[in-house]
Amino acid sequence: MTAATARRSRSPLPAATGIGALVAFFATMEVLVQSGMVNRFIVPPPSEIFGSFGRVIVEEHVFGRFLQTLTECLTAGVMLTVFGVAGGVLMHRFKLLQQACETWVAALASAPIVLMYPLFLVIYGRSAWTIIMMGFFAALPPVILKTIEGISGTRKVLINVGRSFNLTPSQQFWKILFPSALPTIFVGIRLGLIFALINIVGVEFLINYGGLGQLINDLAERYDLAGTYAAICFVILVSVLFFMALEKVERWLRPVD
Amino acid sequence: MAETGRLTGNPAPALSPVTLLRAAIILGVLAIWEFLSHSGWLYRDVVPSLLAIGRALLELLTHGEYYFNLGVTTAEVGFALLVGGVAGVAAGILLGANRFLAKAFEPYLYYLGPTPKIIFFPIMIMYFGVGPESKVALGTLSCFFPVALSVAAGMRQIDRVLIRVGYSFRANTWQMVMKIYLPAMRHPIINGVRLGLGVALIGVLLAETKLSNKGIGFLIIQAYSIFDMPRMYAMLIVLFVLSIGANALVGRLGGLHSIKRT
Repeated sequence: MTAATARRSRSPLPAATGIGALVAFFATMEVLVQSGMVNRFIVPPPSEIFGSFGRVIVEEHVFGRFLQTLTECLTAGVMLTVFGVAGGVLMHRFKLLQQACETWVAALASAPIVLMYPLFLVIYGRSAWTIIMMGFFAALPPVILKTIEGISGTRKVLINVGRSFNLTPSQQFWKILFPSALPTIFVGIRLGLIFALINIVGVEFLINYGGLGQLINDLAERYDLAGTYAAICFVILVSVLFFMALEKVERWLRPVD
Repeated sequence: MAETGRLTGNPAPALSPVTLLRAAIILGVLAIWEFLSHSGWLYRDVVPSLLAIGRALLELLTHGEYYFNLGVTTAEVGFALLVGGVAGVAAGILLGANRFLAKAFEPYLYYLGPTPKIIFFPIMIMYFGVGPESKVALGTLSCFFPVALSVAAGMRQIDRVLIRVGYSFRANTWQMVMKIYLPAMRHPIINGVRLGLGVALIGVLLAETKLSNKGIGFLIIQAYSIFDMPRMYAMLIVLFVLSIGANALVGRLGGLHSIKRT
């Protein structure tokens, strides 16, 4: 990389352009709504949306709702890690099982599992468990698949080192295979947590129960337009921060890539 | 490609251990299911008997109402895929071709892409009403992000030689897009469309379960509200088969199966 290219790649101009475009968009919307060209009963002026942030945070107990969604997400995450990694290890250990079931798991990864939420409502009732289990099942396939990929991708030389030390199968797994697969397994857990968050907020919205998803539904049903937009902005912000935090942890786990 | 021929040209015997294990797993699951349905351990009808599900499946597939609703959902998903796909390809090409624009706007797409789109449904209802249009809009929004990101990434992977060939023939922008970029990006586009199809389907169906009076999502939530569990299971089975089939079909049409093996 030349010095000029490096300078260009670090230039703040592109980021400033992105932010500038966003500000210009909000300013244009403000003008259009205030001038009556856009119906304010469909799109509230951005100033009203930003003004309602404080009200929504205080009156709608956003922090408590955020904690509730986070708890659901983390519970699903713990279950995902335990069952997803165990499922992947089991399938890797028994090759026949892997050959028989891996395509099924891959097919499930592309299936609209979230549509089973009415079924989960019947089984678990309108409770946090419906939301958690929905997040868990929808996010399970990538964790299983990435665990298999991680263990199968262990370098031959590492396995041979283990053999040369006459390690038992259990030692071979805990000292060689598992540590080597850990970064890829974490990619699976990260994907799983993202899927879980998407499904958890979605199901909260659909069944009108729980944390942040319910907040949007609640405000929309009250026709509090500015509040609805503010709540949507808040959910987007939380999701983005969640993804960024996961990415940081992943980068910390695999600094070489 | 000779390797491909060797890989695919030797099919496994019909009753391989894998096939036997698959059959055993399916039979085992069905047996456990049937046992649970008669055991009385779970709430009545939560696990209906296989016979009841089979009967509901037959009734569903022989009823005209189901095909009408399937048609509505298919049309909504099709429109969403068309609008979101075209917009996604256009945005992807723009971002992929221009490094500055990519740096300015791609992070927004990257982080907005995985956010739960269903939360935009109240806004879509206000913009487009409670009819199919709001479902199409939600499907379009869901589908746009994976297509745009996949195309932008694919655009950056195009062999520079192909682009230089286009310029050396003095191709204009339209010719570059139609003759160089799109053919060279067939696989990323198909991959994006595949991902887009999945999320558009989910977006449309979830919106239908929330507020609608037609479509498969509506039928599912209707079966839930009258507690017709066999019908709900039957619909979920058909839906899963259709969505997995549609996904595989798009992949096959785009020749994705050939990429994996070469």
